[in-house]
Amino acid sequence: MKKIAFGLTTVALSLAAATAHAGEVEVLHWWTSGGEAAAINVLKEEMVDAGHTWKDFAVAGGGGESAMTVLKSRAISGNPPSAAQIKGPTIQEWGDLGFLTNLDDVAKKGEWDVILPQVVSNVMKYDGHYVAAPVNVHRVNWMWANPEVFRKAGASIPTTWEQFIVEAKKIKAAGFTPLAHGGQNWQDATLFEAIALAKGARFYNSAFIGLSDKTLRSQDMIDVFDTFKQMREFVDPGFSGRDWNVATSMVINGDAAMQIMGDWAKGEFTAAGKKAGIDYVCYPAPGTSGEFTFNIDSLAMFKVDGKEKQAAQKDLARLILEPKFQETFNLNKGSIPVRLNMPRDKFDTCAHSSMDAFLASSTTGNLVPSMAHGMAVNSMVQGAIFDVVTNFFNDESMTSEEAVDKLARAVKASM
Amino acid sequence: MNTKAANSGSGQTQSGRPARLSLADWMPKIVMAPTVLVTLVCIYGYMIWTAVLSFTGSRMLPSYKFVGFDQYERLFNNDRWMVALSNLGIFGGLFIVICLFLGVTLAIFLDQKIRAEGAIRTIYLYPMAISFIVTGTAWKWLLNPTNGLEKMMIDFGFENFKFDWLINPDMVVYCLVIAAVWQASGFVMALFLAGLRGVDGDLIKAAHLDGASTFTTYRRIILPSLKPVFFSALVVLSHIAIKSFDLVAALTNGGPGYASDLPANFMYTYTFTRSQIGLGSASAMVMLGCVLAILVPYLYSELRGKRHD
Repeated sequence: MKKIAFGLTTVALSLAAATAHAGEVEVLHWWTSGGEAAAINVLKEEMVDAGHTWKDFAVAGGGGESAMTVLKSRAISGNPPSAAQIKGPTIQEWGDLGFLTNLDDVAKKGEWDVILPQVVSNVMKYDGHYVAAPVNVHRVNWMWANPEVFRKAGASIPTTWEQFIVEAKKIKAAGFTPLAHGGQNWQDATLFEAIALAKGARFYNSAFIGLSDKTLRSQDMIDVFDTFKQMREFVDPGFSGRDWNVATSMVINGDAAMQIMGDWAKGEFTAAGKKAGIDYVCYPAPGTSGEFTFNIDSLAMFKVDGKEKQAAQKDLARLILEPKFQETFNLNKGSIPVRLNMPRDKFDTCAHSSMDAFLASSTTGNLVPSMAHGMAVNSMVQGAIFDVVTNFFNDESMTSEEAVDKLARAVKASM
Repeated sequence: MNTKAANSGSGQTQSGRPARLSLADWMPKIVMAPTVLVTLVCIYGYMIWTAVLSFTGSRMLPSYKFVGFDQYERLFNNDRWMVALSNLGIFGGLFIVICLFLGVTLAIFLDQKIRAEGAIRTIYLYPMAISFIVTGTAWKWLLNPTNGLEKMMIDFGFENFKFDWLINPDMVVYCLVIAAVWQASGFVMALFLAGLRGVDGDLIKAAHLDGASTFTTYRRIILPSLKPVFFSALVVLSHIAIKSFDLVAALTNGGPGYASDLPANFMYTYTFTRSQIGLGSASAMVMLGCVLAILVPYLYSELRGKRHD
């Protein structure tokens, strides 16, 4: 009898242990560089503390192309991970295919509707229900400048694109490269959308979210292309195909004066031991000081089988929005938290300025999704815009009028 | 093969004892079966699947809503695809012609019983041992105007030297040709050298006795007898040209703009990064068509040749 009782207790105990141990989450992501890996490790530890197992499914490759390919094959074979790093309109595409799970109960408990600006929460919802949890906010319309180069060239930091051209000419005359740039299509598009944003958030939204044919063919758009083309003479001849971080290092080394790039560039300055406000300065891209182009990373939650796995998935969603994770993750990643009203003493001046702009623009309607980073349009339309923009930048013979026409036609063909 | 030939020769298998086929008879089939199966599924199966997908409206994931020839229509209305196709024409044509010319020339020179032939042959052949990714990356540095050839020449004192093909949309496709030729011409040389060594020596001696010059001997006797080698080289080179992907990915990444896109890069971009699986499949089918256009006449001539034997 004793033996049987002992056996039963053991079984009971192990069962109890199993239920308390809860489930496993498998997270597909491409945060594989040093700072990024450190940032995601925070979430991993919190999940383990909550009693779950974390199965890391990291696929290297900065833009996440290979990760997306893996995700598609897993989804087709009916075995998707619990969560995957998907963002912007792609969340809607996955939602359309019926792969994503409903997170409304977690969101309600965590008051996501209150702590997130509406522009952000809209991106996380499919058909009115939360299906993804936002991790961070990147501001894309930043200009990084090396004050030393400006001093040597006798130039001042430009606040409009007209002024940019004047100052850039001075810098070029002094023998520096005015604009550090990498000729990859998304970098061209990042610069292009910064110039377009200077025409105002309404113009921007109508062009890149509404995809209005009238706006795409408007005189304003022709102006944008004109300004964009002028940038061509301020980049050095070796820009073609250069990686963004190599361009950033040109600003760090004092070879170039400015770079228009999202706040992930800050990581490069930090890694080089530079101090914000002293060795480098950050300003909003010319003409966009009150505006904010956002790029939000998020983890979308897939439908999984098994109560334990689902519980673990919900816990994951909850933890992502908790202040502790938001702070540590974003300090490591160089971005800012998605939650409004977070304590900000640990962040640097550029992040403070980013937070102020985020808060202010979320109430004035100047908070816009980044087209270059896949937040505004789906990948097909984005690809079409990229093609026109990058070809225009490299083709000396194409006029702005031709480009505008091509843009409008390409967008229409890809819809 | 021997057992089988013997069996069928003696007529045993047909004469009524098929149940007693020995293991030795089955062995080749058993050994070959997995390979055949894998090839059937992983090459021909997927080929058919791609063909099916190219007639569907598939976007992010495969779907089976058939749309007829819509994807092909969109494909040939796509500016980028037309650039990729014309690039393939320029790149493929120049690459094949230059490689063949250089390969034959080098092989003939090496065939002159020179000293240290082995070492020189290795030097020429060695680029083939490097992957196109490495070739592309190395040439990217060499051709980059700010730190490559151009800078070197300017540092040497040629102030006005300009070589910016890599960032010039009109010229960038020739950069691909340079790198690809550098890599593959040694291989063509090796093919032809082997062929040259295989030419009957008596024939050449006879030609010399008849008073033919070395040039004439090559032109009238040796090179014509290398026709099979020529065809093999042509088929291999055109394959390399059509499937060329890694070289573009490493050297120019299709840029500037999409000026140096080739069909393979187009297909990858549209299928995997732009969620247009249907359009990507259509482009893959056009590429398959290009390969078949070269392969079918070749196979036909090969098989017909066999029958004449």
